[in-house]
Amino acid sequence: MNNILETLKKLWMESGFMGFFENGGWKSLVMIIVALVLLYLGIKKKFEPLLLVGIAFGTLLTNLPGAGLYHMAMWDAYVYECPYDAANEAILYNVEEERVLSVEEYMASLPEDAQEPEIIEKLSFTDIAHIGGLLDILYIGVKAGIYPCLIFIGVGAMTDFGPLIANPKSFFLGAAAQFGVFFAFLGAVLLGFNGNQAAAIGIIGGADGPTAILTCMLLAPALLGPIAIAAYSYMALIPMIQPPIMRALTTEKERSVKMEQLREVSKTEKIVFPILVAGFIILLLPSTAPLIGCLMFGNLLRETGVTERLSDVAQNALMNIVTLFLGISVGATTVAARFLTLNTLKIVLLGLIAFCFSTVGGLLVGKLMYKLSGGKINPLIGAAGVSAVPMAARVAQVEGQKANPSNFLLMHAMGPNVAGVIGSAIAAGFLIKVFGA
Amino acid sequence: MNLKMNLGDAAIDAVMGYAIVFLGIALLVLVVVLMGRVMSRKKPTPAPVPAAEQQAAPVPAAPAAPGTAGDLKLYDTPDRDAAMIMAIVADELKIPLNELRFISIREVKKS
Repeated sequence: MNNILETLKKLWMESGFMGFFENGGWKSLVMIIVALVLLYLGIKKKFEPLLLVGIAFGTLLTNLPGAGLYHMAMWDAYVYECPYDAANEAILYNVEEERVLSVEEYMASLPEDAQEPEIIEKLSFTDIAHIGGLLDILYIGVKAGIYPCLIFIGVGAMTDFGPLIANPKSFFLGAAAQFGVFFAFLGAVLLGFNGNQAAAIGIIGGADGPTAILTCMLLAPALLGPIAIAAYSYMALIPMIQPPIMRALTTEKERSVKMEQLREVSKTEKIVFPILVAGFIILLLPSTAPLIGCLMFGNLLRETGVTERLSDVAQNALMNIVTLFLGISVGATTVAARFLTLNTLKIVLLGLIAFCFSTVGGLLVGKLMYKLSGGKINPLIGAAGVSAVPMAARVAQVEGQKANPSNFLLMHAMGPNVAGVIGSAIAAGFLIKVFGA
Repeated sequence: MNLKMNLGDAAIDAVMGYAIVFLGIALLVLVVVLMGRVMSRKKPTPAPVPAAEQQAAPVPAAPAAPGTAGDLKLYDTPDRDAAMIMAIVADELKIPLNELRFISIREVKKS
């Protein structure tokens, strides 16, 4: 009888449930509730479900005590390039003093009931694959910057740059809508973030998930969870965020402008475009190479007409597989101890500011183009300059049609929309260049 | 660079960053416009129609009856379906049918 009770007690003590009653265990419970809310938003409200459901489930898995699917300390050791104690899941690093601890200092700081340390001097991806959990292994794809780039191949294969080639002026709207990136960057500095963190937060305003993830991973990896969640949540909320700003900054007359039919773009132009843009932008800002290179490669696959199978894989199978891995591994970074901080709230607020001011930037330059063109350009298409393809273009179409039911702005808005992808990649390239190692 | 920034430096970086985005895009616009010009120059101009063919061209149809907006060409679309489509479009656009002009209606076949 005693043996049975002992075994049951041992089972209970070693179960994940016990983890909720340990020091800080309540935070895991809060994060599980956050995960359930995100799942609700993704499934019921259809907020970017393809990514949000994965992120939410990653959040759920990573915060289940004892699951051991993701090890935050191990990734900290990788980021700080310091020794890692695999037995106690701790790093030999003092974050406040920003210095590596000696083994003696570390041993002295260990509690009495700690296990015998098993120190690894410098972690490599091979070590992580060897000792890490499933989500650690999937996270290597984020850390190595593979997933965002692969997603960009898919985005390129799905994007028709025809409207942009037909009306190159709309490129400027894609540039103008990066206003929120730099405004939020300033706001983040004002709220006490350092330069790297502020740059990573600012890029949320680019409304481009893969760009935000890559930039964050290179500049402020510790903030990846909140930044990714803020970026994707606000992208899903674009139909709610943008219309009030659009109506406030434009008149009924401006919104009802019908734009002229776009010229036809030849197949040769569509083939030359990705080659030209990749070469030109990468030469101008080499740090944009991973994003622009992959985006334009995907687009070339689409336009050549001889790589249909590859284009199909990039648009469907590859995109789906990478989205799956990206979502769940980004969700895994939302460990309670790291996520439930004041900084997360600040990031969520700054993300909203970034989206709003990106819309404002696009609209103001749209209004300028309306004046300069003698009323031929509908300023609403400026708001589509925030990437979020094709959601932002759809919002411009809906608002334009509300003002004038015979207005069809979708194709005109697609130009600034895809220009926004290029604009946010340039903005990210600039920030990585200035603040990167 | 992993230090706290002062607002002045951050403002300079922000303005410079925004300017770089515009500069990059402006140069790209230039390149794309040039590409468009080169491509349109290379486009073969349509060969002039031989005089014999010009003479053989069909006689233009009789002018449309007063009050109509011209001929509507139907491809694989029964009259009844065409009427329904026109009514739906007029209703969606909130424009009276007599103010709309339909040029042709073609059934898109699933491949």
